[in-house]
Amino acid sequence: MSIEVSKISKQFGNVPAVNDINFSVGDGELVALLGPSGCGKTTVLRMIGGLEMPTEGDIFIRGQRVNDVPVQKRNIGFVFQSYALFNSMTVFKNIAFGLKIKKWRKADIQDRVEDLVRLLELQGLEKRYPHQLSGGQRQRIAIARALAAKPDVLLLDEPFGAVDAKIRQELRQWLVNLHHDLKVTTLFVTHDQEEAMEVSDRIVIFSKGRLEQMGTPREVYEQPANEFVARFVGVMNILEMEVRDGRARLNELEFPAHGLADGQKIRIGFRPYSVSISTILGEYPFQAILRHTYFLGVMLRLELVLPSGLIVRSRISKEDYTRLGLTDGCKVSFQIRSYRVLSKEGEQMGDEVATSYESTLSIGEGI
Amino acid sequence: MKRTLKSERISSSQRSTQEPALVKWLLIAVAMAFSVVFLFLPIINVFVQAFSKGAAHYWNVLAEPDTLSAIRLTLLTAAICVPLNVIFGVAASWAIAKFEFRGKSVLLTFIDLPFSISPVVSGLMFILLFGANGLFGPFLQSHGVKIIFALPGIVLATTFVTFPFVARELIPVMQATGSDQEQVAMTLGASGWQTFWHITLPSVKWGLLYGVILCNARAMGEFGAVSVVSGHIAGLTDTVPLRIEKLYNEFDPAAPFAVASLLALLALLTLAIKTFLVWKTERRERQAR
Repeated sequence: MSIEVSKISKQFGNVPAVNDINFSVGDGELVALLGPSGCGKTTVLRMIGGLEMPTEGDIFIRGQRVNDVPVQKRNIGFVFQSYALFNSMTVFKNIAFGLKIKKWRKADIQDRVEDLVRLLELQGLEKRYPHQLSGGQRQRIAIARALAAKPDVLLLDEPFGAVDAKIRQELRQWLVNLHHDLKVTTLFVTHDQEEAMEVSDRIVIFSKGRLEQMGTPREVYEQPANEFVARFVGVMNILEMEVRDGRARLNELEFPAHGLADGQKIRIGFRPYSVSISTILGEYPFQAILRHTYFLGVMLRLELVLPSGLIVRSRISKEDYTRLGLTDGCKVSFQIRSYRVLSKEGEQMGDEVATSYESTLSIGEGI
Repeated sequence: MKRTLKSERISSSQRSTQEPALVKWLLIAVAMAFSVVFLFLPIINVFVQAFSKGAAHYWNVLAEPDTLSAIRLTLLTAAICVPLNVIFGVAASWAIAKFEFRGKSVLLTFIDLPFSISPVVSGLMFILLFGANGLFGPFLQSHGVKIIFALPGIVLATTFVTFPFVARELIPVMQATGSDQEQVAMTLGASGWQTFWHITLPSVKWGLLYGVILCNARAMGEFGAVSVVSGHIAGLTDTVPLRIEKLYNEFDPAAPFAVASLLALLALLTLAIKTFLVWKTERRERQAR
């Protein structure tokens, strides 16, 4: 079922939690609401679910305005961060609760619960109580309970927040598979950008109650709309530069600055993968010392220090690292293949989508 | 043969945060002494005195008509007060734990009020309201309604002094449970009442039971407030505590203790149930994550 959120605002007393949010979710999509703590993402989720009322704006589910529809009638499934299982009921009764309320026939309830138990790998646990189960099991029960009555929309509030990092990885994959099988429109809230990137079809990024950007994981990573998104998603090198003689300059660094007026101050960002490194000092225009190497598994992150003290973060594969014979403390030359202008002096940050200048440098074009 | 002191056998990691054994045993000794002098000895004395004229005499005292009607009145009063206070307590603690509203702190103060007012003053309060010269006195008299010196007055006074017990037990339990479970129930289609019945009540049942037995113990044992409003009419408006007082002022030294032994038994029973409930809730908390 499609969801549309139009000009939604929410105030708690005098405190504006959420301001003028507009986005839509297609039928069957898996969308992440991403942002730091307190940015309003959970409030938006709860408003869609009917647990909070928007102060302004409209919410549409399946094309129908649901602002006045009470939570009981919205046919949504909600999973709380704390799972909120009914402690005095068995696993079976927990999952069956919604069906009992909706007065399903006993045999139908039995069948449906058995299906879900199988789907969510909870066999053998039906007669146990929540306090006898592990965190991962409780979470699967919470999801089974939410899915039991075949909701139009599934809403999850930080579903992996309370779980160990290793289990989180497995659960992410499991959620993607589940969504693939069931195709229920799903929204989940998270503060973990890696999780949002890995799991969702599209990401909606929030900050301080405002919507910063909505797009596919690739879009928000490669084309961040502003500095907040650029910083929040992935690692970003951000520099404040001044335009002089048609080039953006900061200490030793200078790049072409197409179409920017002289004297203007700009903030630019570039991802670690945009930085090319060589041990041949003349190959690239800029010099640095490799100060530290971070081992991240398949890729390594390199911290380069320029003579002026500026730090640039780059990324390299294990093979290239070994091939180039890099070690901490060795001298390298580097270039930056492309960058984005995140904001210009005098502009408000975050309100407008800043234009991006994909600029390839004239020397040593991108390897 | 080397014998180590108990304190030396404790591992060093334990020792660093534990009081020396001497302090521990001293504190326990003080608590025990206090309990023995102020609790155990008086209760044992009640039974000793009750049977001082023999078992037959004990049963005769209890079988006296006035005593039997006192027992009936006490049971009836408790049977009305406790359910009333359960309803009020559940409603008040629900409101306090789940909602934010103006006057919340006023309600909390109001709930604690009966603890801070002397029971005699509480009784007097009702006389001033419903007595013959009270605020509603003439109105009640003209309608032939008797509150003071009759059952309604006793029930009112007892309900008032036992107001806080259920509410005070439930508020922290409801607050601890949080409203997540109830909100989930609503997303699953449960109405307010269904949520309350299936989710809220089961989650507070032990706290509720504890509040009920405390409320009951106090309701059956209340003296001061009931004494003021009841009029002490033997066979009609004497509750068990009042009957005990009356017997004490008469000539048979064993009689008041015989009746008092009933309340002592109630106290012991309440204590036993309470211990069971505490054990039960602790067990539950240990099992929960």
